[in-house]
Amino acid sequence: MKTLLKGGRVINPAEHFDQVADVLIEDGKIAAIGSQAAKASGIDATVELTPDHWVTPGLVDIHVHFRDPGRPDKETTASGAAAAIAGGFTTVCLMPNTDPVIDDLPTLAYVNQEARKTPIHIHAVPAATKELRGEEITEMRSLYSDGAVGFTDDGKCIMNGNVMRLALEYSKMLNVPIMCHAEDYNLAGHGCMNEGYYSTRLGLPGSPNTAESVIVARDIELARQTGGHLHICHISTKEAVELVRKAKAEGVHVTAEVTPHHLTLTDATVESYDPDFKMCPPLRTEEDRQAMIQGLLDGTIDAIASDHAPHTEDEKAFTFDQAPNGVIGLETTVGVLLTHLVHTGIIEPSLLIQRMTVGAAEIVHLSVGSIAVGQPADIAVIDSQREWTVDPTRFKSKSKNTCFKGMKLKGKAVMTFANGQCLMNEVDAKALQPA
Amino acid sequence: MSIAPTAPQTDRDTEKSAAWHHRHVIDSADLTRQNVEEVLRTAKTFAEILSRPVKKVPTLRGKVIINLFYENSTRTRTSFELAGKYLSADISNFSVSTSSVAKGESLIDTAETLIAMGVDCMVIRHSSSGICRQLANHFGDRLGIINAGDGYHDHPTQGLLDLYSITQRFPNIEGKKIVIVGDIAHSRVARSNIHFLNLFGADVHVVGPSTLMPTDIGKLGCTVHNHLEEAIAGADVVMCLRLQKERQKSGLIPSLGEYITYYSITRERLKTLCKPDTLIMHPGPMNRGVEIASDLADDRNISLITNQVTSGVAIRMALLYLVLSTPIERGGLA
Repeated sequence: MKTLLKGGRVINPAEHFDQVADVLIEDGKIAAIGSQAAKASGIDATVELTPDHWVTPGLVDIHVHFRDPGRPDKETTASGAAAAIAGGFTTVCLMPNTDPVIDDLPTLAYVNQEARKTPIHIHAVPAATKELRGEEITEMRSLYSDGAVGFTDDGKCIMNGNVMRLALEYSKMLNVPIMCHAEDYNLAGHGCMNEGYYSTRLGLPGSPNTAESVIVARDIELARQTGGHLHICHISTKEAVELVRKAKAEGVHVTAEVTPHHLTLTDATVESYDPDFKMCPPLRTEEDRQAMIQGLLDGTIDAIASDHAPHTEDEKAFTFDQAPNGVIGLETTVGVLLTHLVHTGIIEPSLLIQRMTVGAAEIVHLSVGSIAVGQPADIAVIDSQREWTVDPTRFKSKSKNTCFKGMKLKGKAVMTFANGQCLMNEVDAKALQPA
Repeated sequence: MSIAPTAPQTDRDTEKSAAWHHRHVIDSADLTRQNVEEVLRTAKTFAEILSRPVKKVPTLRGKVIINLFYENSTRTRTSFELAGKYLSADISNFSVSTSSVAKGESLIDTAETLIAMGVDCMVIRHSSSGICRQLANHFGDRLGIINAGDGYHDHPTQGLLDLYSITQRFPNIEGKKIVIVGDIAHSRVARSNIHFLNLFGADVHVVGPSTLMPTDIGKLGCTVHNHLEEAIAGADVVMCLRLQKERQKSGLIPSLGEYITYYSITRERLKTLCKPDTLIMHPGPMNRGVEIASDLADDRNISLITNQVTSGVAIRMALLYLVLSTPIERGGLA
C-alpha cells in the first residue's frame, strides 16, 4: 500500500525541515520525502493537500490520565487512544494514579496489554513510590525492563525530600526522568484556585505560587546533587520557570512541560465558578501565563503536555471547592494552541510543533516525533485554517470536562497516521478509508 | 416616575419599577447603585410595617419561599423567615443536616425537587463559595435565588442591611470613613460591604493582622491597614467582624490574647482615636470581649447592632418582594 500526502507543508522540527513537500508512506513506513516522493509510481491513494495543511510528525503527549485500570466510566485505554487519534497524537505517556496504582509488574503488564490493543504508541510512567504514598520507591529497574519510560507520583507531590532524592538517584541508573508534580501541601492548604485577586474576590481558598516554586527549587537542588533527571510536570508559575531557566544554564538535568490551558487561560475564568476551570496546578495570573509563553519560546520549557484528566460530569457537578481537579485536553490542544499562539503571531509553527513532538519525546527518550525515511510513519495532518467550535458532546473521550467548551478555534488535526495506518481522516473521505 | 412601592398591599399588580430587574440576588457586584437605591427605598416602606401592632401585609400571599441553610445560622434564617411571614408568603425551612450532604444529594437535585414542589424562591446559605452562581447558571429564571451567605464570597443581604443601617444615621455616606476590623480573609460580610459602601462613595478601610488579610483585597476598593490605631483614626463608622476561634488553631493568629490586645475595639481606643459620634457595628453573633468590648456593644448612643438586626428584616422583606415580583420573562442578571 502506497499513500502519497501531496502538496502539504511538511514541518519536521527534528530535521529543521519546514517546506511544502510530498510525503510517501509505504508499508507502514516513510518511504520518501520531497522530489523522491513526487516521482514515485504505483500510488494506491493520493491525499491532495494545500500549504495550509501542515504535515507533522505524529504528536506526542507525555502526560495523560486514561484512568485504566479503575475508572472505565471516565476513560479507558481505548477511549483515551481514540481521543488522542482525534487530536493528532500518536504517542502518549500514561500517568500511574489509577486504581490500582501502576506501581508493580502485574499492573504494568495489564496497562501494556491494553496499550497494545490500540493502534498508537502508549507508554506507561509508573509510580515513583509504592501506592503513591511518597514513602518507598518502586521496583524501578523491573518496571523499566517492562517498558516504563519514567516514574512519577503525578497527582501527588513527594513531600519527603529524602524519598525524592532516592528516586532521582535510583532512576539515574536507568537514565529515565522522575516527573515531578510540584505542590507543597502545607502551602497549598485547601487552595482550590490560584491565590490572588480572584481568589479574594470569589472567596475561594487560594494556593499560592510558592506551593509550586518551593518544591521546584528543592527538587532542582536534589537533581543537582544526584545527577538524576528531573522533569517538572505542568509548570504554571513564573517563579518556577525562572528556577528551571537558571538550573538549565547551570547544567542541572532538568526539563519541563506546560499545558495548553496554562498557556492560554488565567484565573479570571474562575469567575463562573464552573468546576471545568478547576485543575491542579490552578490557572494562574496573566503575568504567569506570559512567563509560560516566554519559557516555551526560549527553551526553558521543553514540551507541551495536556495533562488530559478525565472526570465524569456527575463528579464535576459539585461546588467549585468540592469538585475534583482536572480537565481533558487531547482533542483541543492543536486548536487552542494554533488559535491563541500561532495565529496571533506569538510562536512560529515549527517551534510549536517541536514542543509537541521531538521536544516531548526526548524527555522520555522515545525515538518518535520525527518524519524520517525508513522510520514508522507516524504523521499528523493539521489544517491550520479549519474553523470549528469545541463541542464536548462530540469528543471521543468518555469525559467532557474541558475548559475550552464553546470556544471558537482555528486549526485542527484532520488526519492521523500511526505506523502508516490512517486512523482519522477529515480531509478527503474518498481518498482513504479510516481503519 | 413612581419607584418605591408606596402601598405594599397592592404592589403585585402595580407597574414594575425600572430600577429592579433581578430574579436573583447572588453577588453584591451584580447590583448597581440604582438597584441598591431601590432596595433601600423599598426597605424603608416595609420597615414601617415592623412597628405596626399587626405585622402582616398580603404582598406575597401565595408565594412559596424555602430557606435552605447548609450552615448553622439562627439570625439570618429567622430574619428571612419573619420577613417572608410579614409579607404573607409561605416560607419553610428545609432542614439540612450535614449528614444529608454526606448522603450525596447534590444541591442541584435538591433544588430541582423543590421546584417540582412549587417553590418560587430559594434562600441559600452554604459553606461553598459560588454555589448560588452555579445554581442560577443551572436553573436560570425557573426560580428566584437569594444568597444568604456563600463561603467567604459574599453576603449581599448583610451588606445591604449594613448600608441601610448606616444611612439611617448618615443619609449621605460619601466621604465617610468606614473601617472594617478583623478577619477580612474569611469574611463574606467584608467583601459585600466593601462593594456597597464604594457604590455610595464612602472611604472604606480594612484592618487586621496580615495573616487574616487576603491577597489584593485593596483592589476591591479599600485602604488596607495592619495597625488598628492608624486605621480607625477619625473614623465615622467602625465595623467589627467576628473572629472565629478556629483561626488560632490553624495558626493564623498566635493567640487570642494577642489578637485582643491589638485589634479589640474598646471605648478607650474609640475615645482617643475617633469622634464622639463614631458608630459601632457588628454583623453578629458577637464574641464579647474579643473583637468588641461589651459596654460599647450595648451603648445605644453609638452601637448600631440592634438597628442592624431590625434593618435586616426590612431589607429581606424588600429583596423577597423585589425578586418575587420580577417578571420571569424579563430575566435576571445571573
